[in-house]
Amino acid sequence: MSPSETTSVPGDGGYLPGTHPDLKPPSNVHGPVHWVKVNLFGSLTNTVLTLLVAYLLYTIIPQLADWMFFNAAFEGESRKACRAVAPDGACWAFIGNRLPLFIYGFYPEPERWRVDLSFLLLILALVPVLYDNMPHRGKALVYSCLYPLIAAFFLVGGIGLERVSTDQFGGLMLNVIIGVTGIAFSLPIGIVLALGRQSQLPIVRILCIGFIEFIRGVPLITLFFVAAVMLSYFVPPGTSFDLLVRILIMGTLFASGYMAEVIRGGLQAIPRGQYEAADAMGLTYWKSMRLIILPQAMKISIPGVVNTFIGLYKDTTLVIVIGRLDILGIGNSSLADTKWQGLSTEVYVFVAIFFFVSCFAMSRYSLWLEKKLHTGH
Amino acid sequence: MNKVSFALAAVAAAALTLGAPAAKAGTLEDVKKRGVLNCIVNTGLPGFSYTDKSGRWKGFDADMCRSVAAAVLGDGEKVKFIPATGKTRFTLLNSKEGDVLIRNTTWTFVRDVDVKLNYVHTTYYDGQGFLIRKSKGVKSAKELGGATICIQTGTTTELNLADYFRANNMKYKPVPIESNEEARKNYLADRCDVYTTDASGLAATRATFDDADKHIVLPEIISKEPLGPVVRHGDDQWADIVRWTIYALIAGEEHGITAANADKMASSSNNPNVKRLLGSEGDLGKMIGLDKQWARRAIQAQGNYEEIFERNVGLKTPVGLARGLNAHYLDGGLQYSPPFR
Repeated sequence: MSPSETTSVPGDGGYLPGTHPDLKPPSNVHGPVHWVKVNLFGSLTNTVLTLLVAYLLYTIIPQLADWMFFNAAFEGESRKACRAVAPDGACWAFIGNRLPLFIYGFYPEPERWRVDLSFLLLILALVPVLYDNMPHRGKALVYSCLYPLIAAFFLVGGIGLERVSTDQFGGLMLNVIIGVTGIAFSLPIGIVLALGRQSQLPIVRILCIGFIEFIRGVPLITLFFVAAVMLSYFVPPGTSFDLLVRILIMGTLFASGYMAEVIRGGLQAIPRGQYEAADAMGLTYWKSMRLIILPQAMKISIPGVVNTFIGLYKDTTLVIVIGRLDILGIGNSSLADTKWQGLSTEVYVFVAIFFFVSCFAMSRYSLWLEKKLHTGH
Repeated sequence: MNKVSFALAAVAAAALTLGAPAAKAGTLEDVKKRGVLNCIVNTGLPGFSYTDKSGRWKGFDADMCRSVAAAVLGDGEKVKFIPATGKTRFTLLNSKEGDVLIRNTTWTFVRDVDVKLNYVHTTYYDGQGFLIRKSKGVKSAKELGGATICIQTGTTTELNLADYFRANNMKYKPVPIESNEEARKNYLADRCDVYTTDASGLAATRATFDDADKHIVLPEIISKEPLGPVVRHGDDQWADIVRWTIYALIAGEEHGITAANADKMASSSNNPNVKRLLGSEGDLGKMIGLDKQWARRAIQAQGNYEEIFERNVGLKTPVGLARGLNAHYLDGGLQYSPPFR
């Protein structure tokens, strides 16, 4: 913004924005009116499009707002009660009524604080990962790396905590668990795979290519299905391999395959000279990767990496095919309650808002990171 | 090359020898050892299987799961519900993720024989019908030529519909959908003229419309849909347990044994049939690997057949189904239990 820039210019006498005695630029080349003129009505096409969009918004927004807020029912014990109060509005009472189920799934009620705590710890664990200029980042990162174990302990229990079977995980927490695990582990695995694919060693290269191409050639839903029902044909009898763990592994491997290709794109964008320069400095392979190639390649890959994250996060709703109810599945099974039947729009809107908020946050962070790392001239 | 194939053969042989004992271990032992019955149910079907506010599975099918768990494990709450879609239910059962499938599943030749399932009993006799707006002016399914029809994929209804329209020389446009709720949405938004599924489902869906009286279920029932619990091929003992648990519920209705009076009936009744059923005489339970009071517990868990029916889908519920073919045989229906002796 221009006001803050003017204050930071040396020699401006320390005036606050808007108090400078010099005249402001005339409003026809500056300010909102000018912006509207240039951007919305700059040409005939722009004018037509602007009017069209304005008309569309005019017809949609009032109705949507009426449905979502003004005519909506926020309290009630059944759909009928909702309809009595708000015949043409949304029935958010349903979402409120089932909110604990949407969030915790079938997690036992007295133990739900453990889920809250894990979520809180997750946010704490994310801080050092996301902000590289925080104090004591090195120590904090150790905690971040240990976080998956800590969360697993709190969620599953054992040693002093009551054990909760992973079958009881559900709702939003299931989406977050699968999404976060996939995101956290797919990046390092993806990097290794991408480097392996470019390796000079034929066996490593063939294994990596085979793995990546296999993963990319198979839909995630198939992998989940294999994890759920096929494994019991292969593993020795009596070995029961927790279904959630199988899902987590499959989700992570799936994301890793895509991640590897995204990072390979970044690696290939690095000019040959960078590799040669690293060699000329006498750096070993790992050192040259760590100090020279990867930092540059990762910077280029950020949009693709975040894209993969978001894709995986949204794909977590596929667990319904193997009998696990995530936030969407809980919506389905709750809608079959005759008390509430027929409110699927509310459920879809609610789920859409949840996913939009999470995914939008990820994409804003990646933009911020790109800007921060932007060193080109 | 030879070494590779030898290694593969060795792995296969090892897998076979390891796999063999698993095939022999009975489902009953597995369930007892696990302490929990894995029961596959619908992801959401009004009256039959749904979750309430506290996340508890409810409905006609869910209750039957509890009856079986009570008979086998002594506690109707020791059930792990596995929600499944129409496409995944058989795979989940055959891969042993579930012990029993109680998910409004139609009994057909191919499923019984080729998919290697055992149907134990028809707990609900249903048939496929059509739901349509009165304003369309259609009085019979024979007039549906050219209609757009919402239909759930991976079900027998899909095949029945194709058969019916072919037999009557009519054409239709299918709108494939995945769940009942989705069908309801599409139908109400007029994206399809007709919604077809089992008549029970249609009644339940129609009951939730704001303008229910503007919609009718056409008189034609175009198929037989016997719905009931399913187990895997090859474990007769387990099939017997599930089958006779259901029979105990039906016999319970016949003799007036309810969840509330089962204990009293066991000691006070003079009817030898009741005494044998409730375990105060003879030892039928032992023959299927359970204790004497298995049937009593099954009835006590969720009530007899009538109680389960009326509580979940009966006329007093929003689903509002009459007993019809599902009445007890003494009342002219088809629910009939072989004698317990």
